[in-house]
Amino acid sequence: MSTLVIKDLHVSIEDKEILKGLNLTINTNEIHAIMGPNGTGKSTLASAIMGHPKYEVTQGTIEIDGQNVLEMEVDERAKAGLFLAMQYPSEISGVTNADFIRSAINARREEGNEISLMKFIRELDKTMDFLEMDQDMAQRYLNEGFSGGEKKRNEILQLMMIKPTFAILDEIDSGLDIDALKVVAKGINEMRGEGFGCIAITHYQRLLNYITPDHVHVMMQGKVVKSGGPELAQRLEAEGYDWIKKELGIEDETVEQA
Amino acid sequence: MTVETKLALSAEEVSSFSQSNNEPTWFANLRATAIEKAAELPMPKPDKTNITKWNFIEFPAHTVESEAFNSLDELPAEIKEIIDIEGQENLYIQRNNTPAFLKVSEELQSQGVIFTDILTAVREHGDLVQKYFMTEAVKVDEHKLSAYHAALVNGGVFVYVPKNVVVEKPLQVVFINDNEEASLFNHVLVVADSNSSVTYVETYVSTVEQSKGQANLIEEVVALDNAQVTFGAVDVLAKGFTTYVNRRAHLKRDAKIEWALGLMNDSDTISENITHLVGDGSLANSKTVVVGRGEQKQNFTTEIRHWGKNSEGFILKHGVMKESAQTIFNGIGKIEHGATKANAEQESRVLMLSENARGDANPMLLIDEDDVMAGHAASVGRVDPVQLYYLMSRGISKAEAERLIIHGFLAPVVNNIPIESVQAQLTKVIEGKVR
Repeated sequence: MSTLVIKDLHVSIEDKEILKGLNLTINTNEIHAIMGPNGTGKSTLASAIMGHPKYEVTQGTIEIDGQNVLEMEVDERAKAGLFLAMQYPSEISGVTNADFIRSAINARREEGNEISLMKFIRELDKTMDFLEMDQDMAQRYLNEGFSGGEKKRNEILQLMMIKPTFAILDEIDSGLDIDALKVVAKGINEMRGEGFGCIAITHYQRLLNYITPDHVHVMMQGKVVKSGGPELAQRLEAEGYDWIKKELGIEDETVEQA
Repeated sequence: MTVETKLALSAEEVSSFSQSNNEPTWFANLRATAIEKAAELPMPKPDKTNITKWNFIEFPAHTVESEAFNSLDELPAEIKEIIDIEGQENLYIQRNNTPAFLKVSEELQSQGVIFTDILTAVREHGDLVQKYFMTEAVKVDEHKLSAYHAALVNGGVFVYVPKNVVVEKPLQVVFINDNEEASLFNHVLVVADSNSSVTYVETYVSTVEQSKGQANLIEEVVALDNAQVTFGAVDVLAKGFTTYVNRRAHLKRDAKIEWALGLMNDSDTISENITHLVGDGSLANSKTVVVGRGEQKQNFTTEIRHWGKNSEGFILKHGVMKESAQTIFNGIGKIEHGATKANAEQESRVLMLSENARGDANPMLLIDEDDVMAGHAASVGRVDPVQLYYLMSRGISKAEAERLIIHGFLAPVVNNIPIESVQAQLTKVIEGKVR
């Protein structure tokens, strides 16, 4: 079992503090949903864990099985087992999707022990079929000209090919129609199991209809303010966030005025 | 006032070189006139690069003797890689100034296609060569370097594709430079007669680290009505050359040219790639990639000049600059009066990999006609940190991520090089340069 532990995390972007002391512990074989209204710091958490260059961690720790993640470069974090399915994946012209994914897989292997081309192609074909993706997406340039839905599927394709220990899904459901959402959920459920932990960040309960979380956390004002089981997500769906604000005496849930 | 330049060869030396080649009178006369003009004419003035201190004149030897290759087995390994030894049916190899190997398929011969070295062509196909040699595309008296070139031509290729002939397989040319003393005054002349089609791919490759010579290269493409020419080139000349390379096309009605140029010299280089869209409905697609490194100074001018109605020109240039390389990218779309419905588009992008490198992209649209379309895009920038972050977030190291982004950036041109082995070589050269 692996554990990702986030303690007292403070994160700023351009000198503005977004996360203000966030705590979260995730084990493999668990799926955690992080919910909350817009502007409460959810995506900042995802970017800070992965090491986005614009986000500065000013206080606190992130550890995987005791290893200090904050000291690692972005690629080292990935190799330590982290994966972020991004809300806005970059488009990279001239680099085919297949070449990119193969480079990512080989980056985790020793020199001389690279995945064989045949084995790679077999796995890629199989996974693309599973995600109902056109085979020609393998030879298209990375995310270039992909629709919103294609980009999200492509993030899940990478997730399934790379098989990280912990995946963070940053609003993987935004902009997806119901069929695409089901496919994306199918991919994540396929990963679910002993060697895999997941943080799914979302505004909406609807993703959680297809991926049942083990734990649900609500973020407001740059912190986790409430945690519970799947029933918490259902209550949020039915009643919205106002009851939590009332319960905790929060007037404005966003980071800005907090 | 004109200042006479002292040239490296005298008129007598030029004349005796011509005689030693048994050249016909018209060509001997062309050289004689050219050497006189070369002394007087001004230097070309590439926009934004001052070349007054560059040495385009002096060299250790006008020609050097090299051994020919009896078979392709004798080629050095790095040259073999460029050639599909079994599959390449039409191949010319020049070693420094010596025609070193020629293979022309029976099919090509039976179609009446001429594919031979330029000085042989001058002797054996004089009428054709005389008609097109520096008459349509480049003129002898444009400036000092064009005249100097005409006087000193010591190598090159002549291709003639007769009317209605479609050459299916690419013609390949390899110019090997394996002698430090060698100077290259290569003249390439490709004439595609009406309704014909041909793909020509050349590679300049130095196997010496350092050169002391001149590379003064003029390459002309003349495409007659409805002819189609695909012209691929990879230049990898050594440091030490002063390179002036002029690739120019002259297109008649409905003719088309596709340029795919990988300009990877380690020498200081002035490169001009100009296409004259003379005929109505003619089209040029000019794609160039460049990598500059070290202390290199380079100037790349790509120009498409529209004379014909409905003519279309597309320029795409991508350059990567590292270390202290200095590079000017001039892109010119010029639409002459009367070229109605012409379309001139261009895109120049420079990726800077070091603080000390300098790159400048100058798009110019010069339009003398109202009823036209034109557009340009230019940018000079660094590797996008968000792209790097994305690739690295999958475990790819920073160096490998940069490599992927750079190759991707150059891919639109690399993928257009027509012969696979040459494409692979270009990829390898880029690999070696950007690492």
